[in-house]
Amino acid sequence: MSWVKKTLSSTIGRKLLVSLTGIFLIIFLVVHLIGNLQLFKDDGGYAFNAYAKFMTTNTLIVLASYVLYLTIIAHVVISAALTLFNRKARGGENYMVTKSSSNSPWTSRNMGVLGTIVLIFIVIHLSNFWYHMKFGETPMVKYEKTMSGDIAIAQNFAVESFSKDLLKQDMVYKDLYKMVAEAFKQEWLVILYILAMAGLAFHLAHGFQSAFQTLGINHKKYTPFIEKLGLAFSVIVPALFASMPIIFYFKG
Amino acid sequence: MKIDAKIPSGSIAEKWSKHKFNLKLVNPANKRKYDIIVVGTGLAGASAAASLGELGYNVKAFCYQDSPRRAHSIAAQGGINAAKNYMNDGDSVYRLFYDTVKGGDYRAREANVYRLAEVSNNIIDQCVAQGVPFAREYGGLLSNRSFGGAQVSRTFYARGQTGQQLLLGAYSALSRMIAAGKVKMYPRTEMLDVVLVDGKARGIITRNMVTGAIESHSAHAVVLATGGYGNVFFLSTNAMGCNASAAWRAHRKGALFSNPCFTQIHPTCIPVHGDQQSKLTLMSESLRNDGRVWVPRTTELAEKVRKGVLKANDLPEEDRDYYLERIYPSFGNLVPRDVASRNAKYVCDEGRGVGETGLAVYLDFRDAIKRDGVNTIKAKYGNLFQMYEKITDDDPYKVPMMIYPAVHYTMGGLWVDYNLMTTIPGLYAAGECNFSDHGANRLGASALMQGLADGYFVIPYTIGDYLAGIGQAKVDTSHNAFKEAEAEVKKRIDTLLNVKGTKTVDQYHKELGKLMWDYCGMARNAEGLKFAKAEIQKLRQEYWQNVKLLGTNEEMNMTLEKALRVADFMELGELMVDDALMREESCGGHFREEHQTEEGEAKRDDENFAFVAAWEYKGENKPAELHKEELVFENVKLTQRSYK
Amino acid sequence: MEKGRTYTLKIWRQNNSSSKGAFKTYTIENISPGSSFLEMLDILNNELEAKGEDPVHFDHDCREGICGMCSLFVNGRPHGPEEEITACQLHMRSFKDGETIVIEPWRAKAFPVIKDLVVDRSAFDRIIQAGGFISVNTGPLPDANEIPIPKQNADLAMDAAACIGCGACVAACKNASAMLFVSAKVSQLALLPQGNAERKRRALAMVDQMDQEGFGACSNTGACAAECPKGIDLTNIARLNREYLTASFAGAE
Repeated sequence: MSWVKKTLSSTIGRKLLVSLTGIFLIIFLVVHLIGNLQLFKDDGGYAFNAYAKFMTTNTLIVLASYVLYLTIIAHVVISAALTLFNRKARGGENYMVTKSSSNSPWTSRNMGVLGTIVLIFIVIHLSNFWYHMKFGETPMVKYEKTMSGDIAIAQNFAVESFSKDLLKQDMVYKDLYKMVAEAFKQEWLVILYILAMAGLAFHLAHGFQSAFQTLGINHKKYTPFIEKLGLAFSVIVPALFASMPIIFYFKG
Repeated sequence: MKIDAKIPSGSIAEKWSKHKFNLKLVNPANKRKYDIIVVGTGLAGASAAASLGELGYNVKAFCYQDSPRRAHSIAAQGGINAAKNYMNDGDSVYRLFYDTVKGGDYRAREANVYRLAEVSNNIIDQCVAQGVPFAREYGGLLSNRSFGGAQVSRTFYARGQTGQQLLLGAYSALSRMIAAGKVKMYPRTEMLDVVLVDGKARGIITRNMVTGAIESHSAHAVVLATGGYGNVFFLSTNAMGCNASAAWRAHRKGALFSNPCFTQIHPTCIPVHGDQQSKLTLMSESLRNDGRVWVPRTTELAEKVRKGVLKANDLPEEDRDYYLERIYPSFGNLVPRDVASRNAKYVCDEGRGVGETGLAVYLDFRDAIKRDGVNTIKAKYGNLFQMYEKITDDDPYKVPMMIYPAVHYTMGGLWVDYNLMTTIPGLYAAGECNFSDHGANRLGASALMQGLADGYFVIPYTIGDYLAGIGQAKVDTSHNAFKEAEAEVKKRIDTLLNVKGTKTVDQYHKELGKLMWDYCGMARNAEGLKFAKAEIQKLRQEYWQNVKLLGTNEEMNMTLEKALRVADFMELGELMVDDALMREESCGGHFREEHQTEEGEAKRDDENFAFVAAWEYKGENKPAELHKEELVFENVKLTQRSYK
Repeated sequence: MEKGRTYTLKIWRQNNSSSKGAFKTYTIENISPGSSFLEMLDILNNELEAKGEDPVHFDHDCREGICGMCSLFVNGRPHGPEEEITACQLHMRSFKDGETIVIEPWRAKAFPVIKDLVVDRSAFDRIIQAGGFISVNTGPLPDANEIPIPKQNADLAMDAAACIGCGACVAACKNASAMLFVSAKVSQLALLPQGNAERKRRALAMVDQMDQEGFGACSNTGACAAECPKGIDLTNIARLNREYLTASFAGAE
């Protein structure tokens, strides 16, 4: 067995992969959040739609997105396999009584459940927006520069009038902004998003600092900072994501 | 039988070097043709097994625990002595030697003790190289402290877990040899007999404690490193499984047993709390450096304290009797273990003891806390105080601790010559299970030193000399001697299982322990000893007719394990009483009330008793025969110990 | 003196490694709050023996919290409800009069039950045999003070070396992971200059053995450290990760 294979198939090696993919996904969350914050710009969705176009067409970004898909799959598959493996390590008989609450945080013991919630969300989320953005027919929008130099909507196109030729025109975009606004009028979807973000928050609350511990980074001076940063991250990032459906819902 | 200690000639400082040169060697290529059995994996056993494996011998090591790492050496707290003189306070090999002989009340063999002091320095080097995390100073060098009232700081320590760290060091060396295939380890295996072929030790009979299988193991030599026999007393600081069976079985097969009455009672244990107690817990002796020992001045006051009418802290200064400070003004609370223990017994016998049972004295840190502040005391004794609080539910920062003496260590053991060989050729005894180095009283931090000295630096040399002389031929376990020994062991087990009486093993053990503690404990007299002897004989007879065992041999059976051990304790107990009765003097841990000075101190009789008693087994229900090894003191001047 | 207390005990009984076990319920009376937990079991066993029933087998030896032999999972926690002690240091005053106490063996694939509450922890020994040592033979060695060791490192090494090998970490971990045990030994020897020569080999070999024994992977729940009777902490696991990964990626072996 080559040393690479041997290392990566050891328990520590497999945890290393979970940790590294996790950190990559944490970074992705930041990028994704910055992009999505464009939704809040008061420009008829221009910044957001332009960002969405850039993200789906730029070759480098497209390449990066393939890495992202692989990372998500790897994170899920390796973690799931490890969870099954760990369950077997308990042996045939389990305890009749356990008081795990007295020795470990709830999140740390339920990463599998939390991760599954996040995974289900990702599937729904992708089919809602990403699939349409990438392959489907969507409403379109044409922008123009006003006299004052601001950007304003010149013309809206309904889904029925979707045309790839039109898209090639300057200042014409797939109107993902509108799709988002429409989607978040549905109560059930808003609730689902909020729940999913809560799941993500708890997943991150343990996952963030755990990723560093797995990498062997645990230092008297820095670890308290990493832990605080992780906690802040796990609250702020999912909260901001969750704020989007909420705000759109109430904007109506 | 004539016993020869084989002490080399020459000056004390040259004996060991000269002897090592004179020992025959086994050719390196031939070592693999010899098998050696090591029983017990404490400091002495693990270090011996590892070192012999490293030399190239095939070693089989046995322990009754589930892992060699759990032997009771692990519980030693205080430290290990060595004559490094790192503190530049005038220590030397000679001084360590001198202190040890004197501390043993002149009942140890000079040559052995000198060798112990000599190799003490190698032990520290060895342990540091193995990764034992001894305490260090900020400069990165090793830290030493003074221990047990020694005048120099020669004790190396690893927090309060020195024994644990040294044992784990030896265990790691042993593990390395197991991995290398040089040592085969048999955990959860108890030795039940030693096998002699043509008068030489050639193997052992064991019981697999999981399956009950009785098995034979053959070898060219057998090393017993099976610890002490403190559990004869039922309550002691020994581990629950500590037993004397290996040594006792060897004794029955012809190995002489020496000074069995020399038992050490440790003064600072947590008192017995009731009749449900199974085990006594030691508090480090270092507590006596700052704690002051006292009892109420009068029996009336003590009575009130026992009933809870008065609290210890309510007693004003004039109602407290700091008896050690009063009787021994120069040593005070730091008198040697035997003196401190005996005085605690006296004040309790007078009715001035405290605690529920009246069998406890106070160890008070009030003044030390006043003097040094809580933080200093916490830094020094924090974990000990915590341990005490966990057990007793009392906070020693606020109320005085209660302590009482308990059986701790046995200086007696199998008689060995200078090579650590018993009177059975090829059978060696190392560590606490031999009698050799501590005389009538062991000094603090010396047990660890002796265990490792024997295992790392003595047996690996001396065993080669014997092996080189007996040839490589192996004895097969199909040999009659093995078959007979196996049959005998099985018969003993069957007999016990089939008594089907009414009293449990533990009940017998408790009765034996009480007899031993009451009549052969801290103070002994002829009348009591004679009474105890008769009672033990009765008890033993009853045991074989009325003990109740359950289950079978062919399974894990704790009761059976214990029953075999208690059967041997009963025989050994009687020999201890015989020895105590024979030794008409007081020395070290052996205090005969008939032999004391006017001030109540131990009175030695060097004229008549400067010898090692070595008892020979003569058969079931026959009195053992006494042999004497006269002790010759060429270097140490015999004086009466005085701590006034 | 406080009057004796009564308890209901639910204890796992299993004849041997191949038989099927089950819980059995016992009532025990007149227990002094000052009794240790194991003394309470002794009393139960004496009663069982008197009645002609097989006593409950459990591992124990030193009864002062250092040998690491005792291994009871009491009311859902290894070594019972109190912090930083072993089962043998646990006292009955920690349990209310009338309380039901559930006593189970350590549960892990790598620690098969031998009988009742007794499990086989030889996997730990094999992990140490794989590399938990410094390869020096007995003999003349450099003077103990030849290499100064910063006090801080010596203290950290001692913190890690305090491990008693009881297996509470494995028992507490939902993954039955042995990382805390392995990391304690790897840390102790990695922190000392004497252990440096074999540092990489040791980390690789011990982790390899740990995996072969069938322990689970660490998911950083921290249960092990929280339940460790000797307070071994999680920084050791981080150090083991570091030692192992450095040895794998930067080492030549």
